[in-house]
Formats: sequence, structure tokens, C-alpha cells
Amino acid sequence: MDRAAWPLREPLIAGDKTPGQVTIDVSRPLEGKATPLWWAAFLVSLVTLGVGIAAVTYQIRVGIGTWGLNRTIGWSFDITNFVFWVGIGHAGTLISAILFLLRQKWRTSVNRAAEAMTLFAVMCAGIFPIIHMGRPWLAFWVLPYPNFRGPLWVNFRSPLLWDVFAISTYFIISAIFWYVGLIPDLATLRDRFKTGVQQRLYSFFSLGWNGSLSVWNRYETVYLILAAALATPLVLSVHSIVSFDFATSVVPGWHTTVFPPYFVAGAIFSGMSMVVTLMIIARKTMRLEDYLTHRHFDIMTKLILATSWMVAIAYATEFFIALYSGNEYERFAFLNRAMGPMAWSYWIMVSCNILVPQIFWFRRFRRTLPVVFVATIFINIGMWFERFVIITTSLHRDFLPSSWASYAPTKIELATFAGSFGLFFTCFLLFCRFLPVIAMAEIKGVLGSHLRPQTVPIVDEVALEATAARSATAELEEVAIPGPGAVSLDLSPEETST
Amino acid sequence: MSDRQQVSIYSGEEEVLSAVVELRAAGFRILEVFAPYAVHGLERAAGLRRSRIGLITVTAATIGSLAFYFFQDWVAAISWPVNIGGKPYSSAPAWIPVVFETGVLAAGLATVLALFVRSRLYPGKRARLIDPRVTDDRFAVVLEIPDSGFDVERAREICARHGAESVEETAVPESGKKPRKPHVSSLEVWR
Repeated sequence: MDRAAWPLREPLIAGDKTPGQVTIDVSRPLEGKATPLWWAAFLVSLVTLGVGIAAVTYQIRVGIGTWGLNRTIGWSFDITNFVFWVGIGHAGTLISAILFLLRQKWRTSVNRAAEAMTLFAVMCAGIFPIIHMGRPWLAFWVLPYPNFRGPLWVNFRSPLLWDVFAISTYFIISAIFWYVGLIPDLATLRDRFKTGVQQRLYSFFSLGWNGSLSVWNRYETVYLILAAALATPLVLSVHSIVSFDFATSVVPGWHTTVFPPYFVAGAIFSGMSMVVTLMIIARKTMRLEDYLTHRHFDIMTKLILATSWMVAIAYATEFFIALYSGNEYERFAFLNRAMGPMAWSYWIMVSCNILVPQIFWFRRFRRTLPVVFVATIFINIGMWFERFVIITTSLHRDFLPSSWASYAPTKIELATFAGSFGLFFTCFLLFCRFLPVIAMAEIKGVLGSHLRPQTVPIVDEVALEATAARSATAELEEVAIPGPGAVSLDLSPEETST
Repeated sequence: MSDRQQVSIYSGEEEVLSAVVELRAAGFRILEVFAPYAVHGLERAAGLRRSRIGLITVTAATIGSLAFYFFQDWVAAISWPVNIGGKPYSSAPAWIPVVFETGVLAAGLATVLALFVRSRLYPGKRARLIDPRVTDDRFAVVLEIPDSGFDVERAREICARHGAESVEETAVPESGKKPRKPHVSSLEVWR
């Protein structure tokens, strides 16, 4: 029984928090002045964003001839960045929707920030294909609206158009999901702040929420529908559709049926790493140590390890099928990936995505945050290179040797990519400053999840054994802060003896 | 519908849950419960039925999907047929990704809109709070005090036994919407 095992579990939230304490802790960073650290990070992000804006302005004025593309390599840096950012976003939905379905209570500490990350990452992703259109001011042409050009419609058979629908739906649904989750917390902040512009904004956006149970009843149903019925299939569909951009083509290295699951696993892998990177920073700078415990990082790094193996299996499958298909173009494409002129990018990808995560087999590394931090950054680099490898190395040696070419990004492309990080971190820092990074209403609901007095039978043999086991393990390793759970359990032997 | 109510405040989810269960069993009518977070089982204990918003989700998803299926067919086969790679004008399998996405989009928008409309949540609405702490860490149970037959002492005793921090009888605040069907929706007074 799960309940009998609870004393062995570390509490999700450390420090014996009461709901009132949660409100105080989570609201603290939003009250008063920003810390110098926040300002430093914000200014760096803002400057990077400025560089990006300058680069984007320049390339829109001059044209995408400012990029390093050529007739052979028509997609490279931009689409790599696009897929990279969309992938990052997926972990947010995984955490908020799929883990909600799986009743993973630890998600409550991370879901708000992860959902925000999704939104900002999808915004960053959108920049690249829009610029790549060449005339971004006509980007609205991708929408099928009645027009005076015939009406001339979009081509619904094209995966690029499916992408438009998938990404925009994903952005809208993620935004709704995030906002609906925020409403009770905005109400908490509204009642906490007494005056000021901030209070008026919280008040405006909290929609008059007063915590009434009849609204909670509907709210919970809506949250479940959004998570289970909509966001979960949506997140799986979005990266599948992104992978169709490649899989429906005839280019060797792209034309494979393994792409949808491979892309989804890779997306969750990279997104999870990004969540961990961000949460380590947030934990440190915003003093959230009690809410983001080592247990959270332990679980998340295990997920990273699992998805790393899914990605590894996909790499192996691709190579096996290339060999087994007997198709010489396919075989050449993969040998070229591993041993051709761009092999360096392939091996960066393999070492970052397969070798580095293997350290997470060890509990010690999973719980040493500096190690986790560095490893997740490597994984993000690796996952960026995965997309680069798929896109660029498949294109640069096509069917006609006379058109073989190479690719190097220009300064403009590098500046645009850096700018997308600037945008991402600027948005994220503003979010940390003005909105609760931790879903208070959800955290409050799981505070007592390791202790429900009236449901835990006081006399219970299994629980007694567990008590014994607990005192044994307590000597062996650093098990948690004894919460109220430990106190009530210690009583139970006495109760049985009387 | 009486104009008096009894408000009891609790500081923990276990307390409020057990108080609600016993108050209902003792025959008191619960007008509303206020909670800072969703407590598992509290809705059923207070006698609320499962929300039927899911029906709206299903309807909107069906409409969104079908509309875009036929729209794509109409665009590609009727409005301006273009021969693309010799594929049939009505290429049903190619419509599926967009059909799925528009179904999800319509369902999501409709569901959240239904939540807002049904719960009368709208931007800038002034919150009617029974206690400023119910969005922080306190729970409040509001009992109806009918014109006759309300055993104040009994109600107070039950609330106190389940750990109520305070119990008081007050007037139902003004300007609440008059419930259309008092026997079903007296809860609405607190929206």
C-alpha cells in the first residue's frame, strides 16, 4: 500500500509549511524591490534581446540573403532554432498536463514556471519561420481567410501549413491553461496587496474569484478537461506535426516513419533539461529551496535519463533502418552524418544526449545541483545539435554531387539566435518578478499529502513495520526533515500497547 | 430564502471537510463553502454535483473538427481546385492534422468560456469575499438560517467540535443576485 510507505518518502515540500506560509514565501519576491541579482540578469537579457532586435530589423530590411543559406541548404539555422524552441516548450505541457493525469504531485512545484517557459519558448520558436518567409509583414497570408486574390486559399496538404495550425493552437491552449491555473493565485495576491498598480492588475485579472466551492467544483473539472482531453493529445500532436515537415519529404535522413515519436521524445528530453536549468536558477535566486527540494530534481533527472534512452533508441533505429532498407541513398546519408564533413556535430549530439545523461544513474549526481546544472546545459546543447544534424547534414549532400555544399551561420543568424534567448529570459524574468512562480493553490493542496490523519489507520501493522524501517533508514541516509507525519507515527506503538 | 446566515471559519482542510459532512447529516443547509484551494472530496461532501461542462467540450470539439474538415474539402475541391502533385482534390487523410488542431482549439476556448460565463467570472469584477483570508489559508462554511427551525446552539456546537475558529450569525449581504430557483441554486447568492 502506498499509504503505508509514506514515512519512507521525503515530504514534497520541506520545512513543514502551512498554507499561510506558502502564500508568504511565494509572494515575497513579488513584494518590495527587485534584488540586484534580478536586475543584473534582466539587464543582460534585455541587452541580448536588443542585439536580436537589431539583427532581425537588419535582416528584414535587407532580406534573408544575410543568412548563410545556399541553393542546396535552404533550411538550416533558422529551422534548427525553430524546432529547438518548440521542443523546449513541450516539457511545460508534459509537466502541467501529462504528469497531472498521472497524479504526480511533485509537479505542483514546477508546473507554473514550466508552463510559462512553454509560452515564451513557443514565442521564440515563432520568430524563425516568420522571418524565413522573407516578407514577414505578409505572415498573415498563412491563415485561410477570405481574400481578394481569388479567393486564393492556402494549401491544406502541406505539412508547413499543418505546422501553422499546430503551433498556433498550441500557443493559445497553453496560454489559456496557464491563465486558468493562475486565477486563484491572482486572487490570493489581490487580497494580499492592499494598494498600488500591481494590486489593481491582480484584481482585474483575477476575475472576481472568491474561492467559492461551486466555482472550484467547475474549475477542477475544466482543469482536468484542459489537461487530460486537450493538452495531452495536443502536445503529442504538435511535435509530430513539426516532424512531418521533414518526414513527408523525400530527402534521405528525413523520410522516416520514426520521426514523430522520435521528435516527441526528444522534445520532452530537451524541455525537461531546460526546466531543470531554469528551476535551479530560480531556486537559488528566489530562495525556493523548500519548494524545489532535492527530491524534485531527483525525479526530473530520472525523467531526463529515461527520455535520453528513448532518443538513443531512435538514433540506433535510424541507423539500423538505413542499413536494413538496402537503399544506398539512405545508407550514404547516415554514414555521412557520422563520418562526413559535419561529423563533429553528430558526435557532439551523441555525447551530449547519450553519454552525459548517464551520470543520472547515480543518486549522488542526481542530487548534486551544480552537476545537474552543468549536465542539463550540455543536454540542451546536444539537443540543439540534434536538430542541426537532422536538418543540415541531410541537406548538404543531396542526390546530385554537383550541388553538394556546406553551411556556416552568419553573424546575423547568430545574433538572431542569441536574441531569441534574450527574449526568452527577459520574459521569464518579468514573469518571476510579477507573477507567482509557484502555483500556490496547488501546492497548498499537496502539503499534507504525506499525512492525512483521519485516513491513516492508527493501528496498522504495515505502518508499524514502516516506522521500524524508517528509523533504520534514518541512520543510513539523510532522510528528510521529520514532518508532522513522523510525530503521529511515533505515537502509534504506544497506542497499540494500551 | 432567509436573509440570515451563519459563517464558520476553519484553518484546515480536514476540519472543514468533517464539519461539512456532519452539518449536512444534521440537516443544516449549506449555502456555500469558501476554500483557498481545491480540497479533494469537499465538493461531494457539500452536495455539489459533478460539473457538466464536459458536454460543452465535446460539442465544441465536434463542431470545430467537422467545420474544418468540410472547409478544407470545400477550399481544395470546390472553391479553387488546384492540382497538387496529382493528388485527389478531396484528400481526406491530409485534412486530419488541421481537423485535430481546430477541434482542440475550439474545445479549449469553449470550455474556458463556459467556465467564465457559468461562474460569472469576468475581468475587473469586484470579488465578494466572505473573509479576506479565504484566498490565503482559511476555509469558510456558510449555513442558511431559515426563518424558523434553526438550532443555533446545535450548529455552533458542531462547528466548534470540528475546530471552527469562529462562528457568527450575520445578515446575507445585499446586491447578491436573486436566485431564480431558490431550492436549487441558493448557492448563487455568493457569486
